[in-house]
This record gives sequence, structure tokens and C-alpha cells, in this order.
Amino acid sequence: MKILTLLSLLATHLSASSVNIEENAGQFFSSGHTNNWAVLVCTSRFWFNYRHVANTLSVYRSVKRLGIPDSHIVLMLADDMACNHRNPKPATVFSHKNMELNVYGDDVEVDYRGYEVTVENFLRVLTGRLPPSTPRSKRLLSDDRSNILIYLTGHGGNGFLKFQDSEEISNVELADAFEQMWQKRRYNELLFIIDTCQGASMYERFYSPNLMALASSQVGEDSLSHQPDLAIGVHLMDRYTFYLLEFLEDIHPSSKANMNDLFKVCPKSQCVSTPGHRTDLFLRDPGSALITDFFGSVRKVEITMETINLTEPIQQVEQNFVNEERQKETYSYVDQLPVSEIIHQKPKQKDWHPPDGFILGLWTLILLVFFKTYGMKHLKHIF
Amino acid sequence: GCPKDDFQEELVIRPLHSGDIYASFQFRTLWETDFMRGNKVSHYRLFPKSLGQVISKFSVRELHISFTQGYWRTMQWGQPFLPSPPGAELWVWFQDSVTDVDGTWKELTNVLSGIFCASLNFIDSTNTVQPSASFKPLGIGNVTDHRFLRYATLPREIVCTENLTPWKKLLPCGSKAGLAVLLKSEKLFHSSFHSQAVHIRPVCQDWQCKTTSWELRQTLNVVFDLHTPGQGKLEWSLFKMFSRTLTEACPLASSSKIYIDITDDPQGEQFEVSPATHLLSQAMVLGDRRTFSVYDLTQQITFGTVRSLNLLIRWKSRDMLRPLLHAERYVAGYGLQTGEIHTLMYNNHPYRSFPVLLLDSVPWYLRLYIHTLTVTSKGKDNKPSYIHYQPSKDRVRPHLLEMLVQLPPNSVTEVTVQFERALLKWTEYTPDPNHGFYVGSSVISSLVPSIVAMDTNSTREQPLFSSFFPCKEESSYFMRVYTEPLLVNLPTPDFSMPYNVICLTCTVVAVGYGSLYNLLTRSFQIEEPSPGLAKRIANIIRKMRGVPPL
Repeated sequence: MKILTLLSLLATHLSASSVNIEENAGQFFSSGHTNNWAVLVCTSRFWFNYRHVANTLSVYRSVKRLGIPDSHIVLMLADDMACNHRNPKPATVFSHKNMELNVYGDDVEVDYRGYEVTVENFLRVLTGRLPPSTPRSKRLLSDDRSNILIYLTGHGGNGFLKFQDSEEISNVELADAFEQMWQKRRYNELLFIIDTCQGASMYERFYSPNLMALASSQVGEDSLSHQPDLAIGVHLMDRYTFYLLEFLEDIHPSSKANMNDLFKVCPKSQCVSTPGHRTDLFLRDPGSALITDFFGSVRKVEITMETINLTEPIQQVEQNFVNEERQKETYSYVDQLPVSEIIHQKPKQKDWHPPDGFILGLWTLILLVFFKTYGMKHLKHIF
Repeated sequence: GCPKDDFQEELVIRPLHSGDIYASFQFRTLWETDFMRGNKVSHYRLFPKSLGQVISKFSVRELHISFTQGYWRTMQWGQPFLPSPPGAELWVWFQDSVTDVDGTWKELTNVLSGIFCASLNFIDSTNTVQPSASFKPLGIGNVTDHRFLRYATLPREIVCTENLTPWKKLLPCGSKAGLAVLLKSEKLFHSSFHSQAVHIRPVCQDWQCKTTSWELRQTLNVVFDLHTPGQGKLEWSLFKMFSRTLTEACPLASSSKIYIDITDDPQGEQFEVSPATHLLSQAMVLGDRRTFSVYDLTQQITFGTVRSLNLLIRWKSRDMLRPLLHAERYVAGYGLQTGEIHTLMYNNHPYRSFPVLLLDSVPWYLRLYIHTLTVTSKGKDNKPSYIHYQPSKDRVRPHLLEMLVQLPPNSVTEVTVQFERALLKWTEYTPDPNHGFYVGSSVISSLVPSIVAMDTNSTREQPLFSSFFPCKEESSYFMRVYTEPLLVNLPTPDFSMPYNVICLTCTVVAVGYGSLYNLLTRSFQIEEPSPGLAKRIANIIRKMRGVPPL
């Protein structure tokens, strides 16, 4: 009797856990993406915009920590704060005052820096229309199974974002770029985060499917900066990204936190501005989209118990260097400053002069023709 | 079998007379392979694959790229082992088989910008020159047709951790073992001078020199400031410089050594190095015989019982040998229209004169007037024995001026040329035009007479720092000196004005045109004043009666 109850308990427990495994497995493959990309852009130049670079680097740090490799991150920083001569601690960018957290780190790869961060380059990266000799690290090589995170920060206004104090990108251009990406099948799902003044205006015009957008402030509101550091002398971070960083520091690669938690980051009491979000274009329920779907790069691993037979080990082909029997010339180092050779170097370009006697022959021809037509009697008038 | 490859690393520490300390890292990989032959190289071991593919794809014969932050102060620090100008500098010799050198150059700069995370894609025809006599190949080769040489600098290029990271990844041991563990960016960039470079060239395999092997040198020069850590004592240690100590050599290295320059005090009275070592070595470098204490990291005994090596160097003040060649450059003049570039070259040798080759590459927006070029030494005209000048073309190529000048002993030679500033199109200004525009450093290549006889046998085992420039004669050595880059202001429009200008202009147009239009087209008509209330009521009654109004 007791054994029966024990057995039945065991059976129910096993069935329950197997159902659990199936549920987990189902959730595992529900998002539909196979790789993750991130495009992180800071659009501001000059030392007093230190906080925008710190914003972008803190998102970069979180994204790298959660698993996206450098080869899948396109990082664009419009100015260099770390090695700026005004930085009292070179090669560092801090996000918390009292220099607690160096978001620059020791292993950073910036793909677009300085004057390269322009509206044109940003749109080319998104749409993939880059010149053929662009290196791989500067390209967004996403496909239709990629989840892309796009983070923009800088100074903005109602419907535009300022790039480096000299040009702007409008929300219409951005929406059109995303539509191009959709039509070229360059993303599966896209998360767009923007931390500027009046940031919500930038996602008003989106019309492509599978886009989710977050902004740090509504139209008519300014996004405020968080705290200055008296030793460095500038504001270190913006409020929205500061609380976003604190939220992301608690996320680890196997976390199950979803987008609804992200929408709650930085309420009005902390941020002073009202963060907004837009999910009407997103086809899934935001509650089912995990944070790590966009910020992390979760490798989907399938465990198999089958054995696979490998082929024969690859043998290295013996490379027979053909010893050419012909006399090899002896090489030598070149003289670095051969003074006499330089002085007697032949001049590269000579002015072209017509060959000798050409002018003389030309005049003779003219005179001959003249006298042939008009006769010799005119000769005495000339000479 | 596989072609042999070999990796060596070394660190040279030289205390400077001003109290600063100069550390020079060199990492050399030698590989006996031929990238130019038919079958593609596919198995890479110590040589980094990214650079190997660049060499074979673009048919590169020699490649030299450097990233520098800061300016080398020759008068305070002496001569560097490997000179470099501020910003980024790239010069490449292509193989004879390349048909379109300019196209290949453009593609090469794009690929290198991806490898080193630098904006080298800004190198284009407006800042590339083809020197006709400077920058002869440093590797072996019998033909030097300058059509295959390209040289460009980006003086504005910033150097930071993102350039150091991919540079470190090219090393066989990365930054995990050997001398490269000392390369921490927080200390390296908090210095007076930081320069990292990659040099690739073919070298002789043996003394017969019938076969070549490829040499890759990665060098990093840094000068730490005496006053930065806060303490003003002439005492340095590896931990104070790099915030790390050494625990092992790179296992892939065949030789891993540290050299400390003790020349000025071999007895150890003024100078103290601990832990002490009995290994001494002498080398001929920069025209002088220097003595070094050597620490061999491949020997376990170097690390002692604590399994870590932290060198401590203490010295009292020391004299410095006055550098024989030294150069300065500045812009003279006033206003935003004209100016004058002055280049000064100092020959500090008491009785010998020597030739120098000056290479100047000036951007097209400073229009040089070459008829105002003067070269004077000791107040008299000094006519150069060779001048090569290629004028600029607006927006296509820069000015190129190369001159071979003989510097008289103990003198200053001044080269001056006047220029005019151009007005750029408004889209050509950078986002921060009021910062100014940079003009790249001048390069002065020279054969300087040496104090001791130099070693011309290039295949003898030499430390890496003394075997970079090939030495052909005993009485002089080859050296390159870079001047400061110039920062020039161009006439800049006020970019914040358009809105105000539009408002003002529209107001003026509206007021002026509107008034004129009204005057010309308005016509006046007489109108009766409107009648009072009583009269209006009377007019209504009269209208009703059918009688004409009042």
C-alpha cells in the first residue's frame, strides 16, 4: 500500500517535471531569433557631453557582459572622452561618482570614432549600403533571424536628433531606414532605445512591424542628467541610462526578466521626465519577450545522446619546397640616404617642347603654299 | 615541413636626465615564408593571420604604421629608438606587381582602419604623398622605384585603449603572459608620450642573404612623467610604472629580456638597480656605445623565490648627451589670410656637417608660395642640392616639398615659406572648425655622424632596439626626426547664424519691397464720411417714401 502511494507520487512528480522541461523547451525556441546584434551610438562631441559617451559605454558594457561579442557590436562614439586631455584619469570613463565604475574598461573596440559618426554613416550601417572595402567590424551583418538593439543618445528635440552639433537626423528618416531594413529582411525583432530630450518624438513615425521602442522622455519634456563628479568636473550620466544600467547590472544571461520590467525602469520620481514606450508594432506580447532576447546573446544548445562517427583525421600535406637550382641573387639592404644618388636623380617630368626644326619647317610650308597660290611677284613686297 | 617562425620580446628601460623614464617594448616575429608565391598561406602560428592576409591580398612589400599620443621632446629626452610623429602615420611600399597603386592604397587604409579601430579611412588623395627620395625601404630589396611608395599622416588621430586592444591581440601570447602583461591602458595613457607601431618588412634569413623571411615588429614606446604619481623622487619600479609585476616569460618566445641602460654609471654609485644582476651587455645604438644590465626572463632564477620580478631603479641626477640633430617648426604671421611656416633644424655637432632630407607635406588649403622659399644657415643662403616640389591641386592632392640640405656644423638652419589660407566650402568644415586644422609633421631624415664605430654586420645577434635601422657604414647612423604638427586656423564662417540671417533678411526685404510696391501701385479714392444717426434714420424714411436721400 505504502509502496503504491510512493510509486504514484514518484510518477506524478516525474510527469510534472517532464512537463516543466517541455515548457522550458517551448519557451527556449519561442523568440525565433538565432543571433544578436547591437548598434550603440553616441552623437555628441565636446568635453561637456561626457555623459553621452558614458551612457553609450554603459550599455556597451552590459551588452558585452551578457554575451554579445565585439564582432556583433557596432559602437559609434563621436568624441573621445577617455584620452581627452581634460580627463584627470586618462583611459577611463566613469558612470558613478567617486569613480566607482569604469565603463570604458580595458577591452573596448570602437568601430566608428570622431568625425566618422555622421547621419550618413549611421544610416548606411543600418541599411547595409556601405562601400565594398568597408571592413567587417564596421558592418551590421544581420539577417532575418537577428534581434537588433539600437541605442541612441545625445541632444535632441521634437522629431530630430543632433549629430555632432552640425547635422540632424529626423524621425521620418529613421522610420524609413527601419522600413528598408524590414524589406531587406535585416532584422527579426528590433528594440530601439533613445535617451535624449523629447525622445518619444523619435519613435512616433515608425511603421514597420516587430519594432519596440523606449524613450527617456515625452514630447515637451527634457531628459535630465544624473550627477556630477567634482573631480572630473562634468555630469557623468543621464538619469534614464543610469537607472537602466542599475537595472541591467542585476540581469544575468539566464535571467527571465521580460520587457514589462524594462518599461518600469526610471519612473517619474527618479527620472523627473516620463519615460515612454511603444509596443503596438511588436507582434509578440512584450511580457513574453525576455531582456536577454535583445541585450544578451543566448546560445541555444541542444543536448543529444547520439554518437557521431568522425572521418579520418586530416593529414597535413607535405609541402615540398621546390628547390630551384637557378642562381638566386643576393639581396641586400637599401641605402637609407644615398646622397649622391639623390642629387643626380633625373627630374621626373620635363616640359614638352616640339621637336627641333618643327617651327622652322612649319613656317617654310606656310610660305611655300602662299607663294604657290599667289605667285612669285609678291615676294618682293615681303622681303 | 612547416616554415619556421620565431618570436622574441624585449623591454628597454632608459632613465632620462629630467627624471622621467623611457620604456620601449619590442615584440618581433620572424617567419620564413613567402606570401607572394603561388600557393596561399593558410596555416598561421605565431604570425597574426589578419596581417598575413593583408600582406598577401594587397601585395605589400613593407608596411609601417604608428599611433602616437604626445610629442617627443628631443632636447629633454634625447633620441628615441624608434621615432614617430603625433597622430597616425602610415607608409607602405607595394610590390612591383601592383598595377593600380592608388586603388590598392585606398582599400588597404580601409582594411587597416578595421583592424586597428582607427579612422584611417580618412586617408585619401588629399593627404597622401609619394616621396621621391625619403622613406627608402627598411627591408631588403634591390629595386626602389618610388612609384610604389605611399605616405600619409593623420595628425588629428586620437590614440586610446581601443587602439591598444587590437594591437595587443596581434601578439602570440596576447596580453596574458610575458612582457605584454605590463601593458595596462590606465597607466600607459597617463604618460607624457605614448607610441605604438607595427612594422612589417622582409629581412635576410642568414648571412648569405639569398632567402628572405618576413619580420613583424610591434613596438610600444612610453615616457612616464616624473610628477604624475605625485612623488618627485628619482625612483621608479615596474609596479609604479605599469601597476603590474612580471611572473613569467611568454612560453612561445625564444628570448625574453629586459635591458636597463646603466651607461652613465657602470659602477653603481649614482645608480641602483634591484634585484641586482650580473648580466651586462653592450650595444651600439644611436651612434653611441651603451651598457645595459640584462634580465633574462626565460631563466627561472630571474624571478627569485617570490616568483615575481619587480625591478626597482633609483638614481641621482644624470647628464644627458646633447642630441646632434633636433628640429622645430612653427607658424608665424597674423590674421586669417596669410602666414609663414618656419622650420628650424639644429646641428649641434661641433665640427662635422651632415646632409638632411626634409620632407614637408602641406594640405591644399594652405596655398604655399614657393617663390618665397628661403633656406638660411648662419645668416647666409644655403642652397639645397636637391629640391623636389609637387604643387597641390585643390581638393585633390597636397603640396609635397623635399629638399636635401647640408647642415653646417654647430648651426641653425631656417627654412621659411609663405602661404595663404583658403576659404573652404561650407560642407568641408569639420564639426568643430574653431579648433583649427592640422598640418602634419615634417620628416627630417639624416645620416648623423656617430661617436663610436657602428656595427655594419647585420646578421650578428643584436638586441632588437639596435637592429631596426640597417647600418651600411661605420661612421654614421641613420636617424629620423619629426617636428611638431601645426595647428592653423582657417577663416571660419559663423555656423550658428543662418536662422538669424534669414529673419533679418526677410524683414528687410519685406519692409523695403513692401513699401515700394505700395507706393507704386496704391491708388487713392475720395470717400464721404459716414452720416450721423439722425441723418441715417431720415435717409431710411426718405428711401421708403421714394425721395432721394440727403
